Amino acid sequence: MIVPTEWVLMLSAVLFAIGVVGVLVRRNVIVIFMAIELMLNAVNLSFVALARAKGAVDGQVVVFFVMTVAAAEAAVGLAIIIASFRNRTTVNADELALLRG
Amino acid sequence: MGAALFLVLAVLTVAAALGVVLHPNPVKSALFLVVTLFLLAVVFVLLEAHMIAALQIIVYAGAIMVLFLFVIMLLNLQIDDPERGRRRLVLRGLAWAGGILLAVELAVLTRGAPVGDVGTAPAGYGGAEAVAKSLFTDFLLPFELTSILLLVAVVGAVVLAQKQRRPTIS
Repeated sequence: MIVPTEWVLMLSAVLFAIGVVGVLVRRNVIVIFMAIELMLNAVNLSFVALARAKGAVDGQVVVFFVMTVAAAEAAVGLAIIIASFRNRTTVNADELALLRG
Repeated sequence: MGAALFLVLAVLTVAAALGVVLHPNPVKSALFLVVTLFLLAVVFVLLEAHMIAALQIIVYAGAIMVLFLFVIMLLNLQIDDPERGRRRLVLRGLAWAGGILLAVELAVLTRGAPVGDVGTAPAGYGGAEAVAKSLFTDFLLPFELTSILLLVAVVGAVVLAQKQRRPTIS
């Protein structure tokens, strides 16, 4: 089960770039959120690949922390989306340009 | 055999990730994201990170994505069309993505990450025991801080999502 580390890093870079395109191009806040999750996963992938290349397990522990932070971020972020949807009835990022409530 | 399997997985993962970004319907985007996360879990198994693969499916595909789908359906979003005809924005996004890709690929190819043969992993590598041992010794402080973070997130989510009360005038 040996996979060259470079290949995994390239897959990770491609996934991250797709996530960046999603954040920049889409206007639905929830889809932007999903693109951010995609980027987090791309970084997780390179952590795991490099941990495997070094034969150390530390990288996997970092992935564990990234997952925790992603879960917290999703919970709070979606709560914010619900709250702002109640006020404005939109999830379009272009129309949510004001910080004032 | 591992390398061939990885190539197939990589193609499928990229296709599913493109589905997340390109599909106009948010529900289908979320389902594509679930597929992506499952495929990444398989890649993690291939890299002998068994514990992380299990967590990926339980936490990400299980918990986080259910939250996403729940919110999408709660808000009852329709297919959003105003994304069409935004050619300049799309071009800018593609330019950024191309730049990032180019930089990373160049770095990987020229700086020489550990090449190809990484050898066999030590016994028990990536299992629950190895990860837990590292987590509870070297990373004990961040682990405890994580619990505080989760507590704050729970309280914050409840406060933010509850119905807005009128400020009482006394």
